[in-house]
Amino acid sequence: MSSSYADYGEIVLDHYENPRNVGEFEQPDAVALVGNPACGDQMKMSLRIRDGVVEEARFKAFGCGAAIAASSMTTTLIRGMKLEDLEKITNRTVAEALGGLPPAKLHCSVLAEEAIREALADYRRRAPGRLAAPDRSRVPMGPGSTDQTGAERK
Amino acid sequence: MDHHATTPVLPEVLDAMLPFLKEDFGNASSTTHLYGKRASDAVEAARRHVADLFSASPSEIVFTSGATESDNLAIRGAARAARAKGDHIVTCAIEHEAVLETCHELESEGFRVTRLPVDRHGWVDPESVLRALTPRTILVSIHAANNEIGTIEPIADIGRIARERGLLFHTDAAQAAGRIPLDVEAMSVDLLAMSAHKMYGPKGVGALYVRKRTPLEAQVHGGGQEKKRRSGTLNVPGIVGLGKAAEVAMRDMTGESARLAALRDDLWRRISSSIEGVTMNGHPVHRLPNNLNVTVKHAEGEAMLMALRDAAALSTGSACASGAMRGSYVLRALGVAEDDAHSALRFGLGRSNTAEQIETIAGRLQRAVARLRALSPFHEGAEARGGATRVV
Ligand code: FES
Repeated sequence: MSSSYADYGEIVLDHYENPRNVGEFEQPDAVALVGNPACGDQMKMSLRIRDGVVEEARFKAFGCGAAIAASSMTTTLIRGMKLEDLEKITNRTVAEALGGLPPAKLHCSVLAEEAIREALADYRRRAPGRLAAPDRSRVPMGPGSTDQTGAERK
Repeated sequence: MDHHATTPVLPEVLDAMLPFLKEDFGNASSTTHLYGKRASDAVEAARRHVADLFSASPSEIVFTSGATESDNLAIRGAARAARAKGDHIVTCAIEHEAVLETCHELESEGFRVTRLPVDRHGWVDPESVLRALTPRTILVSIHAANNEIGTIEPIADIGRIARERGLLFHTDAAQAAGRIPLDVEAMSVDLLAMSAHKMYGPKGVGALYVRKRTPLEAQVHGGGQEKKRRSGTLNVPGIVGLGKAAEVAMRDMTGESARLAALRDDLWRRISSSIEGVTMNGHPVHRLPNNLNVTVKHAEGEAMLMALRDAAALSTGSACASGAMRGSYVLRALGVAEDDAHSALRFGLGRSNTAEQIETIAGRLQRAVARLRALSPFHEGAEARGGATRVV
């Protein structure tokens, strides 16, 4: 029985407590449902896209505080963004915007990055030719990606 | 509300300890002078209080650094001492790591270990113990109560089975000691491990009850303290604190346990009536008076903890670190589905908890769960299909 939320900063707590842009669209232009099989966390991101720009982004998430905060932050970051700039968002961008995440929680922001990638792929699928080929170079998860499976007497 | 992890030191325990950190700093082994004599008298008084808690005799109490060391000493010490007789140990799947890891290590020395499964309430069937025994069995180790789900094991029945066959019976009573009555005679226990800090005593001190004439190989060698069963200069202030904690636990057990059980039941009633899709983990009847472990479907454990963070310190059935789930092996052994293990919360009530707190927490939890479920893509999927399966 352990948890690691004690090191969350103010921005993380704020986005966890007051998540922005919760929900989805009746007719989204792009949807992504991504999950982290290791922890069971899932994030659904829906986008409304107009003229190559993210007009609105909404999310739903099941997960820890960091996953919720990262999803919420992502939706605020990408609103008004051009689709080609979306490609440049990595989990680092999200984690930095949150004022940092504890190392053990960095992976939660990867979920957000993956949601963006998936949403873009979905957009392309729905409207072939509307977008240039994707940039497949992936950003590594960073130091938080190693297993930490210590056990304590609790 | 995380009193399974640890408890604060009671003021009266601290008061008892202080003189032995200040003026009475003597070494309990140096009884030739006054300081040493005072220390050794205090240690012996503490030994009596600890013994009383288990209806044992003081000479059967060995002081250690805590339940982890006590478990190590009991299992490894007894197994090695009985090596000539056999090499088989019976334990169960939901024991604390102090037991499981020690057994694991003994396997590398050639011992064989049977880890009994538990039923969905975390209960070890005495019949399964009986069936697991072989002519090579030397030791049975089953904990008195589980730290996560609070299930109290039928140790009197298991003890009888072990005794009838001349086997040693060890029980890890770290969670049970001071919370429920434990009688080593009535329960046929030969070795019993406990810690002070789980019952309002200091950290870093505990005891092992060792029935008279139980063969036990020492694990810590040196000055021959504790009748050569555990060497090392005695932690006098710690031991005095342990003794006081045992005395207080004995004095208050009946009243405090009844009070906590009532609070716990109230908490469960409030949670289960205000939140849909909650289940209780652990035994519905045979459980520690202060323990409640619940699964709240479609609400993630850590997110729930966060929502309650300034109302109560709690722990969850599993937390995820760096993308690797630290799943609870206890919940898994009960057959709790992987998804539900992410949604478990453990309440460990203690002295400081009050009825108002219970009300606050139940209310906060209800609001948190509503908020988290509104956020969750699972919940919506589950509702749409009228089931609880998860959306992938
Ligand atoms: S704990 Fe796994 S995503 Fe946050």
